[in-house]
Amino acid sequence: MPESYVSRFRRWSRPTGMHLLIGGLIAVLGFGMATQFVQDEATDYTSVRGVELVELLKSIDAANERLGTQIEDLTQTRDDLLSSSRRSEDAEEEARQRSEQLAILAGSVGATGPGVVVTIDDPDEAVSANQLLDAVQELRDAGAEAIAINGTARVVAQTYFLDDESSIVVGGREVKRPFVVEAIGDPATMSEAVKFRGGLIDRVSNAGGKATVEERDKVTITALADVKGPEYARPTS
Amino acid sequence: MIPVIGLLAGLGLGLWLQPTVPLWLQPYLPIAIVAALDAVVGALRALGEKRFNDRVFVISFISNVIIASAMVFVGDQLGVGSQLSTGVIVVLGIRIFANAAAIRRRIFHA
Repeated sequence: MPESYVSRFRRWSRPTGMHLLIGGLIAVLGFGMATQFVQDEATDYTSVRGVELVELLKSIDAANERLGTQIEDLTQTRDDLLSSSRRSEDAEEEARQRSEQLAILAGSVGATGPGVVVTIDDPDEAVSANQLLDAVQELRDAGAEAIAINGTARVVAQTYFLDDESSIVVGGREVKRPFVVEAIGDPATMSEAVKFRGGLIDRVSNAGGKATVEERDKVTITALADVKGPEYARPTS
Repeated sequence: MIPVIGLLAGLGLGLWLQPTVPLWLQPYLPIAIVAALDAVVGALRALGEKRFNDRVFVISFISNVIIASAMVFVGDQLGVGSQLSTGVIVVLGIRIFANAAAIRRRIFHA
């Protein structure tokens, strides 16, 4: 009995030409199936017939049109957003420049630029707050844009000048003699405004002091004014 | 034994190489596969009934594939390609089911 099994197995497993041909055919079948499986994972339209293709084409055309409209809409929206963001960038830039200008005017930031340094030396304490104020006014008249006295007192719109014992109070800060007035603006114009006959230098020498003016390519003012918001005043309109 | 090895080798080769079916072959390959499957199932039935014949299998395999492909080709030329391939698939499917039923009855007696 086992003998017969072995012989049957041997006969069954002995490859003849026909067996190999059958194996080859089955292999071709397996190869084709695998190929078709792989192929089917990708969409292909070769098995789709004319009418279906027309329907497919129609629906694709419709989708195409719809998507085209969508592209137009979105492009429009994007352009709108771009231009609005550009506008807001411009506005921001403008606001920043304005805030810089106002900060220099209000004395809340330091300032640098060409200007003059006026030194007033009066050992007899002959220069009063009024004369210092006059000096500041003359510099302003000559176009001074930022003024500081003794490097500590920034002169802005609210700054006041008061006589004190042996010193002068400028905007709440005490400045001692000798006074050094730094001003940023056109150096030539400002030095002329100080030097002219009957001007600051003359008046100080008449009072028994000595004033000098020095033009500089670069004056840096680091003193800041005490900025406080208006308590009573409100903008109209 | 050899057919099983052949089937596995063919499947493995196809999955490994992942060949693209040439365009002219694309309408015929699925039909040819179903026709070949019909021949294989018929051969399994014949094996079970101990009347398997090598020659018959080889000839039926090849002729099945050729006739099925030819019918699809003619159908395409006549403009009824999709209907005719559906018809071929249906007939081959019925044959496969009939053969499978015969095998099932033989094995399970049911």
